[in-house]
Amino acid sequence: MPKFAAARVASGWRSGSGARVGPLRLTDVDEPDLPASGWQRVRPRLSGICGSDLASIDGRSSRYFEPLVSFPFIPGHEVVGERDDGTRVVLEPVLRCVTRGIDPPCPACASGQTNRCRNMAFGHLKPGLQTGYCAPTGGGWGATLVAHDSQLHAVPESFTDQAAVMVEPTACALHGALLGPAGGHETAVVIGAGTLGLCTVAAIRRLRPDIDNLVVVAKHPEQRRLATELGSCTIVQPGELARAVRRRTGSLVLDSGQLTGGASLVFDCVGSSQSLASALAVVEPGGTIVLLGMPGEVKVDLTGLWQREVSITGAYAYGTEQLVSPASGQPRRTFDLSFELVADAGLERLVSALYPLNRYREAIEHAADAGRRGATKVAFDLRTSKKFRSKETQA
Amino acid sequence: MPRPGFVLEVDRSTPPTLCWHGEGFKLLRLPVGSRILYPPEPLAALKDPDEAIRQALLHPVGDSAPLPELLKAGMRLTIAFDDISLPLPPMERPDNRQRVIEAVLDMAADAGVDDVVLICALALHRRMTSEELRHALGDRIYDAFAPHGLLLQHDAEDPSALVHLGMTDHGEDVEINRRAAESDLLVYVNINLVAMDGGHKSVATGLASYRSLRHHHNVRTMQHSRSFMDQARSELHSSNWRMGRLIAAAGVKIFQIETTLNTDTFPPAFGFLQKREWEWGAKDRASYLAVSKSLDHTPPRMARTIFQSIKSPHKMSSVQAGEVEAVHAVTTDHVYRQQLVDVEGQTDIVVMGLPYICPYNVNSIMNPILVACLGLGYFFNLYRGKPLVRPGGVVILSHPTPWSFNPIHHPSYIDFFEEVLADTTDPVEIEKTYEERFATDDWYRHLYRTSYAYHGVHPFYMWYWCAHALDHVAGVIIVGGDTKAVHRLGFKRASTMRDALEMAEDIVGRDPSITQFHCPPMMIADVH
Repeated sequence: MPKFAAARVASGWRSGSGARVGPLRLTDVDEPDLPASGWQRVRPRLSGICGSDLASIDGRSSRYFEPLVSFPFIPGHEVVGERDDGTRVVLEPVLRCVTRGIDPPCPACASGQTNRCRNMAFGHLKPGLQTGYCAPTGGGWGATLVAHDSQLHAVPESFTDQAAVMVEPTACALHGALLGPAGGHETAVVIGAGTLGLCTVAAIRRLRPDIDNLVVVAKHPEQRRLATELGSCTIVQPGELARAVRRRTGSLVLDSGQLTGGASLVFDCVGSSQSLASALAVVEPGGTIVLLGMPGEVKVDLTGLWQREVSITGAYAYGTEQLVSPASGQPRRTFDLSFELVADAGLERLVSALYPLNRYREAIEHAADAGRRGATKVAFDLRTSKKFRSKETQA
Repeated sequence: MPRPGFVLEVDRSTPPTLCWHGEGFKLLRLPVGSRILYPPEPLAALKDPDEAIRQALLHPVGDSAPLPELLKAGMRLTIAFDDISLPLPPMERPDNRQRVIEAVLDMAADAGVDDVVLICALALHRRMTSEELRHALGDRIYDAFAPHGLLLQHDAEDPSALVHLGMTDHGEDVEINRRAAESDLLVYVNINLVAMDGGHKSVATGLASYRSLRHHHNVRTMQHSRSFMDQARSELHSSNWRMGRLIAAAGVKIFQIETTLNTDTFPPAFGFLQKREWEWGAKDRASYLAVSKSLDHTPPRMARTIFQSIKSPHKMSSVQAGEVEAVHAVTTDHVYRQQLVDVEGQTDIVVMGLPYICPYNVNSIMNPILVACLGLGYFFNLYRGKPLVRPGGVVILSHPTPWSFNPIHHPSYIDFFEEVLADTTDPVEIEKTYEERFATDDWYRHLYRTSYAYHGVHPFYMWYWCAHALDHVAGVIIVGGDTKAVHRLGFKRASTMRDALEMAEDIVGRDPSITQFHCPPMMIADVH
């Protein structure tokens, strides 16, 4: 706990500083054992650094997660790796019923909504909502992890490792982009243009034909450039959002800055108090806020949500998706759609920097400051650092 | 005898010249051979302006009876007057409007006229605050009219307060203030700061609606006005004159009263601002040093407050009344007499220091759009004959150009800057793609009508004012401007005047001719 506290204090000064003073360390550990039949070893090739990883390292994660993780864990859930036979796979890290030997599965898993699994702390595995937060499975920031067969997706030959490592974060964005009621959205908003925000823009522009105008809040020049490339949208600075939405929707403005109308759908890809407050200020009465960014503890005035009958829906991970168009089609696995989206939108371009594991502090600081430094996705490259095959980062 | 305007050729003995830079100024050393245009000295003020006004009302020009003969008991009398955009800076009390309106009201009272309404002819400008109205009209008039709802501000977005009088032979809608149009007599009280003001423009613009204004406040008209200071060559004026004649033909009886000001622009503490630098005495040099040094240590907001509090000592130099066109011809002669400066030939580069104020930021912020408008819309167009800068030349402006807006006065400007200029700076494209949406936006309408906001379309007009200059010159450089704001305007930014001149040489070639437009005080370059 002292190290978590130190990380929290340090990250208050500079995001990513938790890597220097927190519980994260680079050390040698034994390879994880295979928990049961149907599991196999995977050697990560690239493993991304996600916003949720940064929150954990900086001690900013909600205590909500405590019963849903098991210590010590090896972070890393955005993984492209290879099996013992050398074939490349992308990891779907959610540790749902089937991975935990629970049969029959819970109703959510049975319906394909594995992200809503009720058993993430139960079964033959220790608690852990995903690989990368579960002690016995290892994680992507280590030389080896173990994964259930159901977690592995073969990587097409045409995919580079950079493209493949984008499949998991893209799946998260894609799942969020498809939430919110379908049909007739004149204006939607995406708040945030980091990896999650940019992938959400790409997903909306390809899978949400029911959204006409998209306004994207992007703080940094590279983010603005990428958002423009990924989809037809209006790019605004954070302070410009309310005015941009007002113009698009013909709203009036209350003295508080609250729009009287607004956007019918808002995708919050940040998850901070500020971003949620912005979302509430620009969403129309009866509108929906989809919360993709991991929020933690936030302070938000919900009076407007109550008075304007706004809905907020969380968007965690992935499972299966019902496409908006064709609405009558069969549900499809999010990861299958994600592979298509990564290829179609060229999302490998979002991988900005690769670091060997022994430079993990630099990598994490880079990821924490990615926007300002013109980067998007920062990942560990474990392909050539053989000497680290037996070393792992451990939290 | 005031000295006329003057063109100085810089030599080695020329002292540095003052160049405005927003809420401050700099001393410039232009290359030897450069020219500096100095405005004429202030003309003598009328010795007894109140008596001059009375005489003007009793002895009108053109086809008009004296005002007392037009005033009858039981009639509806409306007195419209120019808004906060004139004069610049706001003048010391008593304002010309106060003097003239008091004289008109005295005559109306003598005639037994008791249905009198005052209307501020603000067109699509912001409404004036009560303090501003009090300053312009004086306490006596304000207290007599405002509490009774008889001091109105024109509302170009109130359909019930507008009347459509018809279309000109050019297909232009003429829609003006209903009370003014339906009065038995409309007296218009004008202050003429530049030759562009007054004449038919007073009523046809000042009391008009957007539906009417769009016929002359557009890119085509602005590009075909060469310049606004020369009515015979100004499409803006041609359109207003057509409308004015239609208004008269529709039966609206107008008694026009126009006043001119001399160019005694700054109070004694800032007297050095209107003196030629080589004539600065010890007191001027001390004032300059004291003001500029203290400004160096003054936060921008406080500097703005200080400058906006300046009240100009300019004095009435003429007053004429009667039929609109006849009155305005006399007025224009007076303005030319005060402001024209003979200039031989155009220049490759014109240097303009922009002051802290323009017609649309009185008691407000000079935002980047207004900087562009003041430089390219107004100063550039202060010419007769030919623009001071040659086609393909370069305009160098000096102004800090902060990315800063007054959200009360200029809400649609913020949106224009964030959305429209981020997309394109082409006036034609802007007009085609964006104008209607902004002009009909309910939020801007609401703020224009109920708050103190310029109309939603107003930033477009500011940009259109620049259209002629943008067509004419090959480059615009702003010295000392905020980098992002200048870039958003589509211009280049330079850190120093020396850098700007070097950058300009890349466009106009080596050894260019350079002319500094040493304004304010106001002048018109009469370029031969």
